[in-house]
Amino acid sequence: MPRLHVPQPPTRPGDKPDFSYVALSPAGVIPKPEVQARSRDMEDVAHGLVRVLDDRHEAVGQWNPQLDAEDLQVGLRHMLLTRIFDDRMQRTQRQGKISFYMRSYGEEAVAVAAAMALQPGDMLFPSYRQQGIYMVRGKPLVELMCQLLSNTRDMCKGRQLPVMYHWNAGRIFSISGNLTTQFPQAVGWAMAAAIRNEDHIAATWIGEGSSAEADFHHGLLFAAVHQAPVIMNIVNNQWAISTFQGTAGGEQRSFAARGPGYGVPGIRVDGNDFLAVYGVTQWAAQRARTGGGPTLIELVTYRASAHSTSDDPSRYRPKEDYEHWPLGDPVERLKNHLIARGEWSEKQHKELHAELDAHVVASWKEAVSFGALNEGPRLDRHLMFEDVYKDFPDNLRRQSEQLAEEIKLNAELGLAAPKE
Amino acid sequence: MAQMNMIQALNSAMDVTMARDPSVVVMGEDVGYFGGVFRVTDGLQRKYGEHRVLDSPISEGGIVATAIGMAVNGLKPVAEIQFADYIYPAVDQIASELARLRYRSAGDFTSPVVIRAPCGGGIRGGQTHSQSPEAIFTHICGVKVVMPSNPYDAKGLLIAAIEDEDPIIFFEPKRIYNGPFDGDPNKPAVPWSTHPKGDVPEGHYKVPIGKSEIVRPGGAVTIVTYGTMVYVCEAAARKLNIDAEIIDVRTMSPLDIDPICSSVKKTGRCVIAHEATRFCGFGAELSASIQEECFWYLEAPIQRVAGWDTPYPHAFEWEYFPGQARVALALRAAMGDEQQ
Ligand SMILES: Cc1ncc(C[n+]2csc(CCOP(=O)(O)OP(=O)(O)O)c2C)c(N)n1
Ligand SMILES: [Mg+2]
Repeated sequence: MPRLHVPQPPTRPGDKPDFSYVALSPAGVIPKPEVQARSRDMEDVAHGLVRVLDDRHEAVGQWNPQLDAEDLQVGLRHMLLTRIFDDRMQRTQRQGKISFYMRSYGEEAVAVAAAMALQPGDMLFPSYRQQGIYMVRGKPLVELMCQLLSNTRDMCKGRQLPVMYHWNAGRIFSISGNLTTQFPQAVGWAMAAAIRNEDHIAATWIGEGSSAEADFHHGLLFAAVHQAPVIMNIVNNQWAISTFQGTAGGEQRSFAARGPGYGVPGIRVDGNDFLAVYGVTQWAAQRARTGGGPTLIELVTYRASAHSTSDDPSRYRPKEDYEHWPLGDPVERLKNHLIARGEWSEKQHKELHAELDAHVVASWKEAVSFGALNEGPRLDRHLMFEDVYKDFPDNLRRQSEQLAEEIKLNAELGLAAPKE
Repeated sequence: MAQMNMIQALNSAMDVTMARDPSVVVMGEDVGYFGGVFRVTDGLQRKYGEHRVLDSPISEGGIVATAIGMAVNGLKPVAEIQFADYIYPAVDQIASELARLRYRSAGDFTSPVVIRAPCGGGIRGGQTHSQSPEAIFTHICGVKVVMPSNPYDAKGLLIAAIEDEDPIIFFEPKRIYNGPFDGDPNKPAVPWSTHPKGDVPEGHYKVPIGKSEIVRPGGAVTIVTYGTMVYVCEAAARKLNIDAEIIDVRTMSPLDIDPICSSVKKTGRCVIAHEATRFCGFGAELSASIQEECFWYLEAPIQRVAGWDTPYPHAFEWEYFPGQARVALALRAAMGDEQQ
């Protein structure tokens, strides 16, 4: 008799954390295929786990990108900045300064290492959990903060929830609240690059939960059919709000293994290993740039924070889960590697932390001087009618005028007028 | 009778029907173990098991498509779309399949699925957690579209929806999940326990689909509205001291037009209010239908109150939301000389 299978997470609140379901490979054991290898000849990389940093903090194996110490220190700096930024912004939300926030705690390497392995001209289509790419590309923190504050310098002019950044000049696409939509869009961008004989490639990120959407399949299909120069990342942080990765289909095979079914190489990589993420992205970028087409990368990591400031994960997973996560912490691991190489010290790390924290604090001070959602100067409310279209149609002109009338009426009705 | 907020009332509707009818199943993103991001399905999985309360993959198209298949095979799926704003990936399955299965097979196949979706703004959710897309679905023939405005109706209508033989899109105005809201965000929140419609029978009862309700009788003007706007309109009429008759549409499609027209014929004046965007919003249909029947009775042009023709902007939530001032302007226009 057929029986409905219901995927079960290994643990729930109160249980002892158990990550025995995560298939691990030792560092250095997965061979690196030729950049032009056929997808069907490299299916094993979709099942193993590419790792470079071993337990002794040494970089081993063919996927080691052989970066010099200076690059690694830059990577560490970006990851640490991302973490401190996230942490501070989370706290400002708790203080009521911003309405909402989403952290990337524990997933810093996923964004930072990948963005560093790409070129500035490559176009990025992130989800809401790749803050690190803005750090790598040098977006001033004040500008990110002003978006979070919906203030007078908000890049979105008050129209978007916090974190939904965009940065065309920095080649980072506008973040959507609707999951997975960017995944096939990145493929289209990459197809255009090929049509226009450009050298640039696209990269996109979605969560493992988001890989359930039809857009995931649209993306892989078009990428495979047209051999688009695109890197398609699935960030498997084990959770999608309250549902574990098995709910998105991760129980039977790895997410990376979906690539080979479409004829797209799939690589499963330790997402908390800065060097492995760098090495794999570099390989995929070289493949795309030299006409080899798309790559699907599954980054195995753990969502160390709540889904968002509206979420309480203690309702659905063990509180101390992250302490037992077998792939450790990406910042600690890179730091320990640098220390093992003799290129870093605890003292330097502390100093860097203090320097970056001061930078975040100073940036915040500047950002709030441009206002906040509920205090200080506010954006001109009539901005809400702009950019619906390029031109300003009559219905919106009338509505904008009516709004002014309404605001006058508020006092008469004994209502507080919305703040100027 | 029990005191319930809208979340509890909706939960009770599913509980009551699941207990009576083993074919009722609940599905959606985060609805199972967790009990839903708004907790509407809280406790149902514990009570009815994992085969009747399913945590779905994040695939709205897949959720509606599989719900159709389940319904064809004898189940009564109640599918949650986490936010109405995320219903669009399912629109093909709704418009082309769910709505037309009965018609295209001449009744040989039907798919009586209920799709629940929290809608509306006022929770600082920005443009992807605030939309009111009901008019997109009222334009599709073959699905019924419902939106309750209080706990009593929410439970009775959801039970009726689950027991209905046609597919139903059930919009839940999330701003009033916990209490009625008059449009003034600066006032302290009011719980449903202060409102007579927060009294909800614990057992089985139905509120008929396809029936509007006069929530406040009056003689000076008819206000036709639904969802959160019921309370905003009540407050505005009270402030202007206008003896408005307020009709809660409750079911947008099929539309219960007769009581609305009777009221407009009586008052000679009409204001229509909804939170959704004005242009081609459901108010346009209401206005046209009322005008066709009541033209010779109207003392003034029908007025529409709605959200602006823009996406829902995060920072300008209260300038976008059709609050009491917007309703008041429309009421004054509808009252014309009477008001002055
Ligand atoms: C189309 C759509 N459906 C549902 C949601 C609500 N939602 C927002 S984030 C999320 C979970 C996503 O999980 P995952 O893809 O694993 O990314 P993560 O949050 O873990 O980074 C859900 C269900 C949405 N934003 N868009
Ligand atoms: Mg996830």
